[in-house]
Amino acid sequence: MNNPSLKVPVMADLAAREKSPEYLFWVGCAGAYDDRYKKVTRAFTKILLHLQTDFAILGKEERCTGDPARRAGNEMLFQMMALTNIELLNAYRVKKIITICPHCFNIFKNEYPELGGNYEVIHHTQFLRQMLDQGKIKMDKNTTVDALITYHDPCYLGRGNQEYDSAREVLKKMGTPVTEMKRSREKALCCGAGGGQMFKEAEEGDKEVFMERTEEALQTRANIIASSCPFCMAMLTDGIKYKDKEESVKNQDIAELLANYLEL
Amino acid sequence: MLEQIVFTIAFVSAIAFFIYRLSRIYRYIKSAKPLKLTGGRKRLARIFRIAIGHSKLFKNPLVGFLHAIVFWGFIIVNIEMLEIIFDGIFGTHRSLAFLGNGYTILLSLFEIFAFAVIIASVVFLARRNIVKIRRFWNREMTTWPRTDATIILVTEILLMASILVMNASDIALQAKGHAHYPAVGTFLVSGLMQPWFAGMSEANLIFLERFAWWFHIIGVLLFMNYITFSKHLHIFFSFFNVYFSKLAPLGKMRNMPDINREVKLMLNPGAGNSAPPAEDTRFGAKDATDLHWPNLLGAFSCTECGRCTAACPAHITGKKLSPRKIVMDLRDRVENSGAAILKQGKAFDDKKDLFSHITHQELWACTTCNACVEECPVNIDPLAVILEMRRFLVLEQGSAPGPLNAMFSNIENNGAPWQYAADDRTNWTENLSFKKQQS
Repeated sequence: MNNPSLKVPVMADLAAREKSPEYLFWVGCAGAYDDRYKKVTRAFTKILLHLQTDFAILGKEERCTGDPARRAGNEMLFQMMALTNIELLNAYRVKKIITICPHCFNIFKNEYPELGGNYEVIHHTQFLRQMLDQGKIKMDKNTTVDALITYHDPCYLGRGNQEYDSAREVLKKMGTPVTEMKRSREKALCCGAGGGQMFKEAEEGDKEVFMERTEEALQTRANIIASSCPFCMAMLTDGIKYKDKEESVKNQDIAELLANYLEL
Repeated sequence: MLEQIVFTIAFVSAIAFFIYRLSRIYRYIKSAKPLKLTGGRKRLARIFRIAIGHSKLFKNPLVGFLHAIVFWGFIIVNIEMLEIIFDGIFGTHRSLAFLGNGYTILLSLFEIFAFAVIIASVVFLARRNIVKIRRFWNREMTTWPRTDATIILVTEILLMASILVMNASDIALQAKGHAHYPAVGTFLVSGLMQPWFAGMSEANLIFLERFAWWFHIIGVLLFMNYITFSKHLHIFFSFFNVYFSKLAPLGKMRNMPDINREVKLMLNPGAGNSAPPAEDTRFGAKDATDLHWPNLLGAFSCTECGRCTAACPAHITGKKLSPRKIVMDLRDRVENSGAAILKQGKAFDDKKDLFSHITHQELWACTTCNACVEECPVNIDPLAVILEMRRFLVLEQGSAPGPLNAMFSNIENNGAPWQYAADDRTNWTENLSFKKQQS
C-alpha cells in the first residue's frame, strides 16, 4: 500500500501565513540527529498528525537548550543558548511546548522562566496520557500487546519533576502487563547519561552505570524495556547490546509503543 | 549547698559554651553567599511532614520506627531535665512530685521511652558494627566518623540507663522509708528493676541514686557540647535544614544572575546600563564561602547516614564520588577555615579550599540524577555543591574533561552537542507516512 508522504508543519512557514499553532513540538537534538531516537520522533509525530493536533516544529531554527552545557558547569554557554532560544520562541509567541526529552522538558519548565521564557511545558508522555484521558485516542481494540514491559524512569521526569505516572498510565491503557524493576519511581537508578556523562567517558570505577541498570531491567524478564528519554534510550539500547539480548529484549519509547498499538 | 554551687557553675558554663559554639557555627554559615528564600508556609508544612513526621525515614518502616523512638524519646525524656535542673539549683528533691498521680504517670512515660531508646540504640549499634551495613563502612567512614557514631549511641544508652538506675534506687529508698526520699510512687520500668536493688544497703542506694543523678546531668551537659563538634549536631540543625531546603522541583538548577547579565550585554550591547559584575566576583565555588548559606547549613545538618551514597549511581558502580563525602568534606573545610574567616574575613588565604578535599574525578562522576537529594531524610542537597564546583572548574579554570569541551564547542558552533549541521535537523521528516490509510 502506498501512502502519501506526510508533511510536518514548520513554525516559520506558519508564521509567514500569520498562523501560530497551539503547540510547538520541540524535537530536541537527539530527536533530530540520533538515528535511534529519530524513530521515536517519527512515531510521536505520526500520533500528533493522527490526532490532527495543531502543532509545528522549529525545524532548522531549533538549537540546543543548553542543558548539557549547564550541567557540565558552562553557565556562559547555557545562558547564550537560553537567551537566543527564548528570543526565538517569544518572537513566535509560543505558549505551549511539547518535548520528547526530559532534559529539554526540565529546562523549559524550571529554568527558562527566570530568564524570560514562560511556557506551558508538556512531556510527550504527559501529552499522550492527556489525549487518552480525554478520549481523543481511541483504545477500542481488544488486542493486547503480547509482551511483558518494564518502565525505566528518567531522572529529569521522575525525581526531577515528580512525573512518575503518565508513562505508566499509557502502558496500562494499552493493556500490557507491566512489571517494576527493584529500583523504580523515586528510587529509580539513573541510566548513567545525565549531567554531561553522555558526552564523556565514565570516570574510573568497577562498572558502567548503564550496565548496572540494564542488568536490573533484564532481571524482571520483561521483553520490552520502555523508556521516555533519548539519553536513557541510548544507554539502555547499548546495555542490551552488550548483554547480547538484542534478539529477545527491545528498548522502546512510550510513543513508539503507542504508535505501534494504533498501527500508525 | 556545695552541691548546689557545683551544679549551678557546671550548668551555667555548659550553657554558655554551647551558645558560644552555636553562635560561631551560625557565623560560619552566614559567611557564605546570601540567598533570599520565600514560601514560609510550605516550609513550615515540611517541618511537620519531613522532620517531625519522619516521612522520608519511614520509607524503611523498621528504621523509621526505631528512629522515631529515639527522636520522641529525646524530646519526652528531656522534659525530666526541667526537674533535674530545678532540683540542682535549689537543692530540692523531685520538685515536681506535687503533681501526684500525674507525676507517677509522667515518670513512667519517661521510663518507657528511656527503655525503648536503649533498645533502639542497641539495634543501631548492631546495624553498624555487627551487621555492618555497607553505607556505614564506605571510604569516607574513617576512624573518626565511626567512633563519633559509637560515642553517640553509647552515650545515649548510658544517659537513659542512668535515669532508670536513679529512679530504681529512689524507689528502693522510698520503700526503706528514708526521710529524704518521700514516697512518690513506683514507676513502670524502674519498678520492675526492684529485685536488683531491694537487697542493697541504704548507704549504697543513696550513693547509687546520687551517682546516677550526677552522671545523667553532667553527661547531658557534656554531650550537649560534644554534639557541636559531632555529626550529632543534626538533632538541632535538621529542623532548620528541612525548613530552608529547596522548594523548587529537584530538577531546577540555581541561576547565575551575574552571568545572565554579562551574556545579555554580549548579545545586545546597546541594552546596558547594567553594571558589569564586580571584579572579585567568583563564578561557581572554589571554597565553602562561595556556596550559598543553605549548603553550609546542610553540611552541619548531616548525620552521615549515607543513604545518599548508597543510592548514588556513580558510587554503586565503583566510582570515587560519594555524595556524603562531599557534604562531610564541606563541613570539615568550614570548620577548619571558619576561625580564620571570622577573624580576617573572606579574603583570608590558607592555601587551601574545597579542592583540597574534593577531587575533579569525584565531581565529574556525577550524573546529576538527584538520587542523593531525594534520599536525604533531612533534605540536604549534595548535588548543588557538586554543580557549583563544576561551575568554578569550567568558568574560572576552563578545566572540564576534553570530551565535554568538545561538546561545548559543538553547541556553540552547531547548536547541538554533536557535530551535525543545523540544515540536517529536519532529515527525520523525510518519507514519513502512516502504515495504512487514515480514515
